[in-house]
Amino acid sequence: MGSSGVSIELYVLLSAVLFIMGTIGVLLRRNAILVFMSVELMLNAANLALVAFARQWAGGDGHLMVFFVMTVAAAEVAVGLALIVAIFRTKKSIDIDNLHLFKE
Amino acid sequence: MENFFNLVPLVVLIPLAGMLINLFAGKHLGERGVGIVGAGASALTFFVAVLLWIAQVNTGYKAAVVDMPLLADWITIPSANVTIPWAFRVDTLSVTMMLVVTGVGTLIHIYAIGYMHGDERFPRFFVYMNMFLLFMLILVTGNNFLMMFVGWEGVGLCSYLLIGFWFDKPKGVGWRNSDAARKAFIVNRVGDFGLVLGVLITFWTFGTLDFYHPGEEPIAHHAEAAEEPRLFVPPIPQEEKAHQPEGPLGVFNQAEVWLEEGGHKVDFGMVSLSFETTLTLITLLFLLGATGKSAQIPLFVWLPDAMAGPTPVSALIHAATMVTAGVYMMVRANVFYHAAELTSFVVAVIGATTALVAGFIAVGQWDIKRVLAYSTVSQLGFMVAAVGVGAYAAAMFHLVTHACFKALLFLGSGSVIHGMEHGHHHVTHGHPSHLDDDFDPQDMRFMGGLKERMPVTYWTYLFGTLALAGIIPFAGFWSKDEILLDSLKAGVNKGLLGGYIAFVLLLTAAAFTAFYMWRQVSLIFLGKPRHAAAAHAEESARVMTVPLIILAALSLLIGFINVPGGFPILDWILGKHQFTSFLEHSVTYAHAGTFNFLLATFAVLLALGAIYLARSVYSEPVLATLRRDPLEVDPRTQRGFALANAKLYWDEFYFTYIVYPYRNAAYWLAQEVDWRFWHDYVHNRLIRDPFNAATAVLTWRVDKGLIDRAFDGLGWLTRRVGQRLRTIQTGYVHMYALSVLFGALLVMFLILVPLIRDWLGL
Repeated sequence: MGSSGVSIELYVLLSAVLFIMGTIGVLLRRNAILVFMSVELMLNAANLALVAFARQWAGGDGHLMVFFVMTVAAAEVAVGLALIVAIFRTKKSIDIDNLHLFKE
Repeated sequence: MENFFNLVPLVVLIPLAGMLINLFAGKHLGERGVGIVGAGASALTFFVAVLLWIAQVNTGYKAAVVDMPLLADWITIPSANVTIPWAFRVDTLSVTMMLVVTGVGTLIHIYAIGYMHGDERFPRFFVYMNMFLLFMLILVTGNNFLMMFVGWEGVGLCSYLLIGFWFDKPKGVGWRNSDAARKAFIVNRVGDFGLVLGVLITFWTFGTLDFYHPGEEPIAHHAEAAEEPRLFVPPIPQEEKAHQPEGPLGVFNQAEVWLEEGGHKVDFGMVSLSFETTLTLITLLFLLGATGKSAQIPLFVWLPDAMAGPTPVSALIHAATMVTAGVYMMVRANVFYHAAELTSFVVAVIGATTALVAGFIAVGQWDIKRVLAYSTVSQLGFMVAAVGVGAYAAAMFHLVTHACFKALLFLGSGSVIHGMEHGHHHVTHGHPSHLDDDFDPQDMRFMGGLKERMPVTYWTYLFGTLALAGIIPFAGFWSKDEILLDSLKAGVNKGLLGGYIAFVLLLTAAAFTAFYMWRQVSLIFLGKPRHAAAAHAEESARVMTVPLIILAALSLLIGFINVPGGFPILDWILGKHQFTSFLEHSVTYAHAGTFNFLLATFAVLLALGAIYLARSVYSEPVLATLRRDPLEVDPRTQRGFALANAKLYWDEFYFTYIVYPYRNAAYWLAQEVDWRFWHDYVHNRLIRDPFNAATAVLTWRVDKGLIDRAFDGLGWLTRRVGQRLRTIQTGYVHMYALSVLFGALLVMFLILVPLIRDWLGL
C-alpha cells in the first residue's frame, strides 16, 4: 500500500476516459494509423486499470497481466504497422473506408 | 551283382535329363547336338537295361525292389496306414520290357535324326520322344499300380503330343493331324477310366497297390516246366520259392492266398462281393483300359488315325512299345486273369476278333501306314488273345518279336515315304503345282517298282514282311505259332471255349496277315513305277538304313530266344523256350509251349498260300496299270473289298450312334438347358428381373426421391440463408468495430443487470 493519497476511483475514472476516447477514435477516425493509435490507447487504458487494481489489492497478478498486454501489443504493432505499410504501397491510401475488399 | 539293381532309377533319370537338356538348350545345340542328346539318352538307358538284365541272370533271377531317391515316401497317409512308395521293380518281366523299349527306342531315335532332318521343330520332337521313354519306363518299372498308371497317362500324353506334332501343315492336313491326336486322347480316356476304376477297386480290396512287397517272391506254379532240363537258364529252386516273408503281402500273393483259402469276401459298403467276383470285376475294368491303350475292339479306332504322327512315332509308340502297355499290364496281372475265367474268355474273344477284323480291314487300305496300323491292331489282338487263353509267355514273346519287325516295317515305310517325297521334289523341282495336286507320298497307288530304287529298304522290308507273315525261321513264326498252339491247347486240354474261338479266328487272321503284307510289298516295291515320283525315288541316308538293317537282323533272329521244346535240332542248340523260362521267374502263370509239327506246318503253308494268292492277284501285268485294286474290280470280292476299304464302317457306326447323339445331347444341354433354362429363365427371369425391379425402386424412390431431395433441400436452405446473411456484411471496419462495441455493451449490460438488481435488492 503506497503513501500516495490518490484514490482508486480517480485511476479508474482516468482509465475509463482514456478507453472511451480510444473507442471513439477507433469508431470515428478513417486513418488507419490513427485507428491503430486509438486501439493502443484502449489497451493502455485497460493497463492503467489493471495496475490500479493491482495496487489496490496489493497483488502481483495485475502487474503480470500488464506485461503480457504490453508484450502482445508490441508484437501486434509490429505486424499491424507492417500491414499498413503494405496496404499503402498497393493502394496509395490508408483510409480504412476504402478497405473493404472482402465484401466484393 | 545285386548292387546293379540300384542303377534302376537311371532308366527314368537319363531320359529325363535328355528331355530337359533338349527342352532348355535344344535351340542352341543344333540338329546334330539335339540328335546326339536324344538318341544318346536312349542308348544310355538301353545300356543300363542291359546291365540290369546281366544282374538278373547272375543273381538267379531274383526280383529287386528299389526305391527312387527322394521319392521313397511318394504317397504316405500314416493315419490310414497307406503307403505307396515310388519304387522300381526289377524282375524278368520289367527287364524284358525295358530292353524292348530302350533297344527298339534307340534304333528309332537314331533313325529319327535322319527322318526329322530339316523339321522346324526338330528339338521339340526329341523332347517328346525322351519324355515318352521316361513315362514308358515308369510304366514298366513301377512296383505298384499307381506308378503304372502315372506312366500309362504319361505315354498317352506323349502319344497325343506326337500324333499332333504336325498340327500346322497346310491345306487342312494340320487339322486332320490334330483331330487324330484328339481322337486318340479322348478314346484313350474311355479306357483309362476303366483302368483307374480297376486300380481303385484293387486298392479297396487289398489295401495296397504294390505288386509284391520288397523281399517277397511270387508264389510259384510251374511244376510241369521245371521237369525239363535247361541249358542256359538254371532251374528255379523250389524250396527257396516256398519261403515267404511274414507280414502283409503284395496284391498278387495276397490274391493267391485268398483264392487258396476260398470264401473270402470283399465289402463295398452297399454290396459285398465274393473275392472271385471282385477279381472278375477288376480284370474286366483292366481289360477296358487295355482295349484303349492296346487298340482292341471296341476302342481300336484311334490307332489307324494316329498314323498322322511322324513315322518314327508310329514305329516307337504306336507299334512297338506304348500300344503293348495293355498287354504288359495284363501279363503283369496274370494272377488275376488266371483266376478270372469269365474275363479270360472275354479277353480271348476280343483279342481274336480284333486280330481278324483289323487283318480284314488292312486288305482294303491304300495308305502305306494305315495298312501297317491295322496290322498292328491285328497283332495286338494276337497278344491279347494269348493273354485270354492263359499263354502269358507267348503274349510277351509276340510282344518282343512284334516290336522288332513292326518297328522295322514302320521305319521301312518311313523310308519309302521319304524316298517318294524326294522323288516328287525332284520331278517338280520344288513346285508341287507343276505335276498334280492329289499326289500323296503315302498312297501305294503312286508307288511301284521301288525295289530297284531303294534296295536296302526293299530287302529289310521283305524281312519284316516275312516275319509278320510268320514264315519260318523269321521271328514272327515262333511267337505266332506259340500263340496258335496255346489257344488250341487251351481249347482241347482245358476245354475252354475261348481257346477254340481264338484258334479259329487267329488262324484266319494269320492268313489275312500274309495276304495284306504281300499285297503291300507288291504295290510298293514290285512292278514298274506308276508315278514319276516313284521313278525318281531315292534310297534314304545311312542314318536311316542302318537301323533298318539292325532291325531286319533282329526280325530274323529274335525268335530264336524262345524255340519251343521239341523242335528238331534247334531246341538242342539254342535251348528250349529260354525266354519263357526267363519270364517264369516273374510271370507266375507263364508256361512253356511245346512244338507241334502239324500245326506249325499248317500255319506256314497257310501263310505261304496266302502269299501265293496275293502274288497271283497282284501280278506284274496287273501292277503295271494299276488304277483300282483287282479285288475291287472282281465281282466276287467287290463287296468285301469295299467293306474293308470303308473300315467296316466302324467309325461311321461310332459317329452315328455315339458321337452325333453325344454332340446333339451336348448341343441340347447347351442350348436348351444351359442357355434357355438356366440363363434365360432362371438367371434372367427369376433373378435378374426382380433384382432390377427392386433396385429401380431403391434408386428412383428411396435414393433419388427421398435422400437426394432431403440433402438438396438442406443445401438450398443453407444457400438461401447465406444469401440473406451476407447483406449485413458491409466490409467497413467501422461497422465491425461498432458491432464489437455493441456486443461488448450488451455483455456488460447482461452482467450488470443482475448486479444492479441485487444492489437494489429486487
